[in-house]
Amino acid sequence: MIHYIFADMLNDYPKLRDSMFSDRATQFKDRLKWEVHVDQHGHERDQYDGEAPLYLIAGTPDGRHAGSMRFLPTTGRNMVHEHFLGLTDGVRIESPFIWECTRFCLSPDAPRDTAAKLMLGAAEMGLASGLSHAVGVFDARMIPVYRRLGWSPAILGTKGAGRDAVSVGLWAFTTDVLPLLRSKSGIQEEESQTWMLNAFGPRLVA
Amino acid sequence: MAGTSRQLDTRLETVLDQLASVGTLDDLQTHILGLRDLFEVEHLVYHSVNAAGGQYAALSYDLDWVNRYIEQGYERVDPVVQGCFRRFHPIDWKSLDWSAKASRAFLHEALDHGVGNQGLSMPVRGPTGHFAVFTVNQSTDDEDWAGYRAEFLESLILTSHFLNNKALEIELGGNITDHKSLSPREVDALSFLALGCSRAEIADRLTISEHTLRVYIESARHKLGAANTTHAVARAISQGLIVV
Repeated sequence: MIHYIFADMLNDYPKLRDSMFSDRATQFKDRLKWEVHVDQHGHERDQYDGEAPLYLIAGTPDGRHAGSMRFLPTTGRNMVHEHFLGLTDGVRIESPFIWECTRFCLSPDAPRDTAAKLMLGAAEMGLASGLSHAVGVFDARMIPVYRRLGWSPAILGTKGAGRDAVSVGLWAFTTDVLPLLRSKSGIQEEESQTWMLNAFGPRLVA
Repeated sequence: MAGTSRQLDTRLETVLDQLASVGTLDDLQTHILGLRDLFEVEHLVYHSVNAAGGQYAALSYDLDWVNRYIEQGYERVDPVVQGCFRRFHPIDWKSLDWSAKASRAFLHEALDHGVGNQGLSMPVRGPTGHFAVFTVNQSTDDEDWAGYRAEFLESLILTSHFLNNKALEIELGGNITDHKSLSPREVDALSFLALGCSRAEIADRLTISEHTLRVYIESARHKLGAANTTHAVARAISQGLIVV
C-alpha cells in the first residue's frame, strides 16, 4: 500500500521508517556513491529530514519500505534552493503550488510495480492538494523509467555523468497521467482514494 | 495556478488593494473582517508563530470565545492547531482527529460560541522557521462545503500568502517582497510578457519548455506578491525590475 506520512508521525511506523532510511543508504551511498551521510544505524538522513517533510512511502505486505519520495514546500527551506540553483537556471523556484520532491528511492528487492505506485501516489496527492508542479531532484538514470510510466519531467538541468549524474526536473500535475499509472501499478481508483482520504481527508478539489 | 478565472482574479486583486493600505496589526484585524464578505464565509482567522515563538492572530470570532480560548490554553487541545502545525497542505477540518474526549468537548464549546462546523485551514511555511495558518469557517452541510472548497481553494491559498507577507512586513518593517530578488531568467520571462509575446514565443526565445516557463512565471508572481501574471508584470514594471 501507499502511506502518506508527515515527519512528526514517522515514529508511529518504526519498521517502515528504519527500512526506508536504511534503503536510502543502500541506494544513495552504496549504489550511487553520492556524498551522503550514513549514521551509526546505517541510516541515510540529511538536514532536510529535519524540516518536517512529507514522505510518500510504498510499503510491502509485511510493513517494510519498498520505495519512497520526500516532499517539502518550495516556500520554506528546501534542497533545490540550497544545493541545485545551478541546475534551475539560477531561478529560485518558489510557489505554494509547487512542492519539491527529493530522495526518490527504491529498495533493492522492491516489487517491479513500486515506481509506478509511487508515481501514482504523487500524482494523486498533487491533484488533491491543488498543486501545479513538483520540482524534483533525481538520479538521471531514472529518466527512462519515468518515460515508460508515461510521466516524464521537463528536465531543467543535469550535472555529473553516469553514476554521478543528478538532474532537476519539473512534473506537471494533470489527470492525463492517471490511467497509465493505474494500469502499471495495478492499483484501483477506490483503493488509492481510500489512502488519500486517510492521509488528507476529503478531496479538496472536485 | 494563478489566473484561472476572471472572477477569481478580481477577488484577489481586491484583497491586495485592501492590504496595500494596511500598516499596523490593528489594521490587519479590521481587514480580516472585510474579507469575510469577499470569501462568503462567517469567519476568517490568520494566526502566526514566528521562529522565536511569538504569536499573533487576526480573527473574526466572538471576543468571548477568543478570551476563553486564550485563558484555557485551548491551543493545546485544538485539533486545528495541532493538526496544521508542521503541515503544508490545505487541511479540511473533517480530516482532523476529533476523537479525543478533550477535543470533542472543545468542539462543542466552540460551536456554542458561534464557530461554524466546517473549516478549511491553509498552513503557510516561511523560510526561517516562521509558521502561520489561515482558516475559513462556515456553518453548512458537507455537500455545500465541498462545492465551496472547489471554487475557493486556489484564491484562499494565495490569500494565505498575501496575509502572511503583510504580517511579516509589519513585524519586520519594510516591504519584504522588495527583498525577494528575481533571477535574470524570471526578469527575461516577465519582460517578454510585457512586450506582448506569446508563451510559446517566449519559451522558444529562452530555449526552455513551456512548462518550465510557466514555473518561472509562477515563481516570479509569488515573489512579487502578485495576484496573477498580468499583475506580476505590472508590479515588476512599477518596481523598476523590468524596463519596457
